[in-house]
Amino acid sequence: MGAEVLLEINHMSKGFDELDVIKDISLSVKKGEVVSIIGPSGSGKSTLLRCATMLEKMDGGSLIYLGEKAAWEEKGRCVYAKKQELKKIQKHFGLVFQNFNLFPHYSVMRNIIDAPMRVNGVSKREAVSRAKELLEQLGLADKADAYPCQLSGGQQQRVSIARALALQPKILFFDEPTSALDPELTGEVLKVIRQLAKEHMTMIIVTHEMQFARELSDRIIFMEQGIIQAQGTPEEIFASDKERVRAFIGKFQS
Amino acid sequence: MSTGTMFMQLGKGMFSTAEIFFLTLLFSLPLGLLVSFGRMARNGIIRGISKFYISIMRGTPLMLQLLVVYFAPYYLFGANLRGYRFPAIILAFSINYAAYFAEIYRGGIESISVGQYEAAKVLGYNKGQTFFRIILPQVLKRIMPSITNETITLVKDTSLAFVLAHAEMFTIAKQIAAKDTSVMPLMVAGLFYYIFNFAVAFAMERIEKAMDYYR
Repeated sequence: MGAEVLLEINHMSKGFDELDVIKDISLSVKKGEVVSIIGPSGSGKSTLLRCATMLEKMDGGSLIYLGEKAAWEEKGRCVYAKKQELKKIQKHFGLVFQNFNLFPHYSVMRNIIDAPMRVNGVSKREAVSRAKELLEQLGLADKADAYPCQLSGGQQQRVSIARALALQPKILFFDEPTSALDPELTGEVLKVIRQLAKEHMTMIIVTHEMQFARELSDRIIFMEQGIIQAQGTPEEIFASDKERVRAFIGKFQS
Repeated sequence: MSTGTMFMQLGKGMFSTAEIFFLTLLFSLPLGLLVSFGRMARNGIIRGISKFYISIMRGTPLMLQLLVVYFAPYYLFGANLRGYRFPAIILAFSINYAAYFAEIYRGGIESISVGQYEAAKVLGYNKGQTFFRIILPQVLKRIMPSITNETITLVKDTSLAFVLAHAEMFTIAKQIAAKDTSVMPLMVAGLFYYIFNFAVAFAMERIEKAMDYYR
């Protein structure tokens, strides 16, 4: 694949107090790629995602979006770009949270159009027409005027995906997008993500849905103890000769 | 004194009471927000000062604060300020209520989940937008019952302005009661306070209802 590299992480490390959560992670993601990150709880998956989306500051390493440096190492310390730069870089990605984090006081429509209008200066008419398209696409056309509290978990998560997509990010991160949902609702959210994959949206997904990761991903990363223990195509990972990887995946398949 | 004159006079006093009430709210609500920011500041000195301020305001009687605020300029600097009586009352009430409001705001702000801030950050909102568009509206909804409580207390506390001989309703009721040796003016004043608070509670309930469209 000669596609453009959208995200590049080199030697990322991150600790909380004495504990090293991420030890040394390097990762690059190309345009159109779908990468799933799996691994046991406490393996550092979510922290990796939070560092990549700059919700958490990494301690070491570099973070580069579309060739623009967000953070890099200087004299053994991690320095971040200026605020203005980071604001620009931040527009390259979106994040979908495990708990949706919709704004409860805003209607579905308002949740989707507010950021494009306030942050990107998009006109209301344009924001609304784009939001309608997204809602249509995600099967929520009749929910524009509803409030988040009136929606099921699956609907809320789809709204939060629409909210992220409204800013037209180049990469979309998902942090366990279905962990707060029951199996039925999980299905409707996975369907949306599948649809995005078909449209070649670049996505990085932290998930416990093994079958889903297998069917959808171009690449699966298995993380444990703060490092990437194995990575490869779904076929490679599911047929891994590493016992630990097989054991972990096996637990989900039984 | 005829009942009619008494009602007239108390009505005038009621106007003065309402004046203290609204002006105090006007100043103490924003000031309280500012103090709550100080109370939650990352800077330890600012946090310490705010904490001390709140502790003094809540830990000493409002009546004493009224006297101190009014007489301090004279006793400390020999300043004889004309027309300072009413501003002193508003100032004392405002700084006192700001301390209570600050703690209410803080409770509300700290109850908002960190996920709301994170979602706003990832969507690119700046700090001001995040606070005023995303956080504060949710805070206001949550703290409304506590604000109602304080507001009702304030209506009654306005009577403390009598220590500075300000002609609000309570001061007038007391004067008439003494002159006529009758308990009637006090009863009527009580009725007026009750009606005022009934209206306040009604208004606050309407505001709460208006914010009821989401959870």
